[in-house]
Amino acid sequence: MEKFNRQLLTIVTEAVLERELVAEFDALGVRGYTITDARGRGGRGTRRSDWVQDGNIRVEIVCEPALADRVAALLRDRYYDHYAMILFMQDVDVLRPDKF
Amino acid sequence: MPAMDPVILFFVLGVVAGLARADLRLPGAIYEFVSTVLLLAIGLKGGVELARDTGGMPLTEFAVLVALGLALPLPVFAIARHVGRLSREDAASLAAHYGSVSVGTFAVVIGYLASRGIAYEARAPVWVVLLEVPAILVGILLARGVSGAVAWGRLAHELFLGRSIVLLVGGLAIGWVSGPDGTASIQPFFFGLFKGILALFLLEMGLIAASHLPALRRHGIFIIAFGIAMPLAAAVAGAMAGRLLGLSPGGMTVLATLAASASYIAAPAAIRTAVPEANPALSLTASLAVTFPFNIIVGIPLYERLAAYLHG
Repeated sequence: MEKFNRQLLTIVTEAVLERELVAEFDALGVRGYTITDARGRGGRGTRRSDWVQDGNIRVEIVCEPALADRVAALLRDRYYDHYAMILFMQDVDVLRPDKF
Repeated sequence: MPAMDPVILFFVLGVVAGLARADLRLPGAIYEFVSTVLLLAIGLKGGVELARDTGGMPLTEFAVLVALGLALPLPVFAIARHVGRLSREDAASLAAHYGSVSVGTFAVVIGYLASRGIAYEARAPVWVVLLEVPAILVGILLARGVSGAVAWGRLAHELFLGRSIVLLVGGLAIGWVSGPDGTASIQPFFFGLFKGILALFLLEMGLIAASHLPALRRHGIFIIAFGIAMPLAAAVAGAMAGRLLGLSPGGMTVLATLAASASYIAAPAAIRTAVPEANPALSLTASLAVTFPFNIIVGIPLYERLAAYLHG
């Protein structure tokens, strides 16, 4: 089976940022993303998913490596200082390269 | 003193269960549902009462309420800056939270007045709408200055089309258009179950407040003292404004409670994105873990007496 390499960019951050991030993604040309509610513990304490003020979201984007880098750089520059946010990237294989 | 309202005991249960790390967690969707029903019920009730008597809201009342919303954050900011020695951003955030209002506290005070048979102005939900936004704008201005870079367009959209305003105003409009007879079929759900829904809401609020209690130790004595003293002072200001407007003792109690209450939904969300340097835990802990419990357990009965005293 023919497979194509892409990047999976995963971001875990504060739920209150969701709308703002979606606007950033649109501006950068991200074509698709998946957002789920998340909870967990990190440098800014325990974050619950049952209340939006305290809640986290996990955003997943599969795209070309160059675009993943652009998104990651923008998030680092604009959000890392003041918000609970981590992100990481992995290589993934997809079947329909035109989609991502 | 009459026995404590059972809905308050649900709040206490939530706090105790939360502190004891009991296996109790309401799913986020339940909280959303319960708070939606509360907001709609409050709006509908106001709308139905407004349809009954056609007396509109005097323009002076509108002006006094907006002025109150704009003025309340200023002493908060000054106290937080000079007594609490907080950074400009943290002080401004606290000012926005304490100048704005808590719809949960409003729900408790109208439940309190209803169970004691004390009448209040039907348009009270409109006061919530008028008091919610101005203080948040003042708080952001205090942090950013007039020339600061704030995405006002997006912020206005977020504030004026926030959940609480849309549901309150929507409920008011539906209640007003439909009137007492038109809403008869939905009254058992929204009005009959009001106290039960409020009890569930307070159970969840208790759990959330408990999760913020440990943070109190980090923020020190100022936040505790401030979280109790500020609502008392603001309640006096609210009750005096009510007296100035010629409100009933019930209405003065509601306005005093609104002034005393601190936002924990609209203000944190707006401040988090507009003033990211502010520590979100500081204001939210004061508002949720100190002021909300203080108001619903101790404050509201006090404000009722204050209103009766000032009304003479």
